[in-house]
Amino acid sequence: MKLNTLTLASALTLLKSKEIKLADLYSDIQKEISAKNPQLNIFLAVDELAQAKAEKNLNKPLMGLPVAVKDNFLTKDLVTTASSKVLKDFHPPYESTVTAKLKNAGVVIIGKTNMDAWAHGSSTETSDFGPTKNPRNSGYLPGGSSGGSAAAVAADMCLGAIGSETAGSTRQPSAWCGVVGFKPTYGRVSRAGVVAMGSSLDSPGPIGKTVEDCAIILNFLAGQDRYDATTSPLPVPDYTKNFTRGVKGLKIGICYTDLANLDPEVIRSVKHAGTIFGRLGAEVELIPVSEKFEKDKILDPEYAVGVYTVVQRGEVSSNLARYDGIRFGNDRSFFGDEAKRRIMLGTFTLSTGYADKYYVRAQQVRNLYIRNFQNLFEKYDLLISPTSAGFAQKLGATADNPMYGEIEDKLLEPSSLSGLTGINVPCFHDDKTNLYLGLNITGNYFNEEKVLKAAYAFEHELKINSWLKNE
Amino acid sequence: MKKVNFTPQHVKKISALAQIPVTSEEENKLAAGFNKVIGVVDELFNVDVKDVVPVSQVTGLTNITRADEIDSERTFTQAEALSNAKRTHNGFFAVNQVIDKNE
Repeated sequence: MKLNTLTLASALTLLKSKEIKLADLYSDIQKEISAKNPQLNIFLAVDELAQAKAEKNLNKPLMGLPVAVKDNFLTKDLVTTASSKVLKDFHPPYESTVTAKLKNAGVVIIGKTNMDAWAHGSSTETSDFGPTKNPRNSGYLPGGSSGGSAAAVAADMCLGAIGSETAGSTRQPSAWCGVVGFKPTYGRVSRAGVVAMGSSLDSPGPIGKTVEDCAIILNFLAGQDRYDATTSPLPVPDYTKNFTRGVKGLKIGICYTDLANLDPEVIRSVKHAGTIFGRLGAEVELIPVSEKFEKDKILDPEYAVGVYTVVQRGEVSSNLARYDGIRFGNDRSFFGDEAKRRIMLGTFTLSTGYADKYYVRAQQVRNLYIRNFQNLFEKYDLLISPTSAGFAQKLGATADNPMYGEIEDKLLEPSSLSGLTGINVPCFHDDKTNLYLGLNITGNYFNEEKVLKAAYAFEHELKINSWLKNE
Repeated sequence: MKKVNFTPQHVKKISALAQIPVTSEEENKLAAGFNKVIGVVDELFNVDVKDVVPVSQVTGLTNITRADEIDSERTFTQAEALSNAKRTHNGFFAVNQVIDKNE
């Protein structure tokens, strides 16, 4: 078998028992990248010295295994561009905390993955270096903004990947590529050294072939960081200890299946997920949507689009002010259209006379969503919902649509704006198109373990994961 | 709440504030785009937010400080600091002239 098709967990086991060699694993990985990357455009930069680095890390916990990293994480030894021409040829003089932690754990960063430029998008089509194609079906988009990372996992070009989520950017491409994508609670994983986008929202997280793989990686990412004052001082549990415990006795609410414009298969497969959880011993209920804040109902995600638009663009306009071409990068004329639009709109909504109207109002509605979730989590342990309104869309879908990303991510914006944790697990596979649908499982703050337990139980009951089938 | 209608003049002002260079052709296109976006944002005013406090962060953390000490792991040498600059001069960053010679 080709060793690049192993899961991270299996590779660790087989390396420890010496049944496989790192050299052979890297040979298979590099063959896959050489063969398919030119067409799929997943990696912007590949480390040619990866295998040599791997051999030196065999005695560390993650044993030199190859992980792909989204190109908004600063890496000292690889060019970091955030998929923007502004940062073309930018060689970071320092390392992000996430990649430093991965390296300390013995990971080798096989390459930097393509993304929507500055993470402004949900398709990876707005990269300044061309779109990434969905490895499941190359006429389709991988989703975004962590499209390259999700695609790298789906294409077996790595054994795991790192993405970042501001409003769906880890979970949505994971759904479209048929892989597992984990968004930790905001503040659980350090943002130090991540190209800043929405500072009150950005949440780095793992993308993997299985739930177990994500749990393994998360263990090395989580924790307070003295370089990121928004990281939580809460202790980090061992995420690999309890994820097989099951969902018996948990109370789970099904959300958003009563919204308009959902693919019928999305509704069916999410409700079916509810049935599965019931079978596994959880108490499952449908939570109806409401257009206003109502106890025990979930607030319509429609308003989250407006909130996210204002908050994110405001924070972006501030964060991208540093790119003046003086100390690093190219000047501001190198910004792509989407970046220009977002910076300008953000500047507008924060400007005198308008900040009080738009920005403050957005932060009030944001609080409404937070309060809504807190009310629901008094009753429920977890909330399940569709990750995306439909299957991956075709290449070209984003053209001329300034609100594409926001509308696409509507189902994930409420939980992202609230800073909650969530995971995408594949819940349906279309044999004709080879495309997937994903189930989103949202948990309350710092309930990563509960989310992982439910995701693992679901994954092993549904049995559509192609990597688990092979083992 | 008065509805905002973006004109190319508006866009020109915002372009100056945001330091984003735009052509006059782009001004028209952007104005139309912004009107579309603000149309969506305006839906926020349909929600009842009486007595709802605006939040600016979700962690609940306050006053996270560090000791006022130099962390040598984070300081750059001058060479490192200049390593990505397109224009340097004698160990300085070079910038466009901002002061009129006659002032």
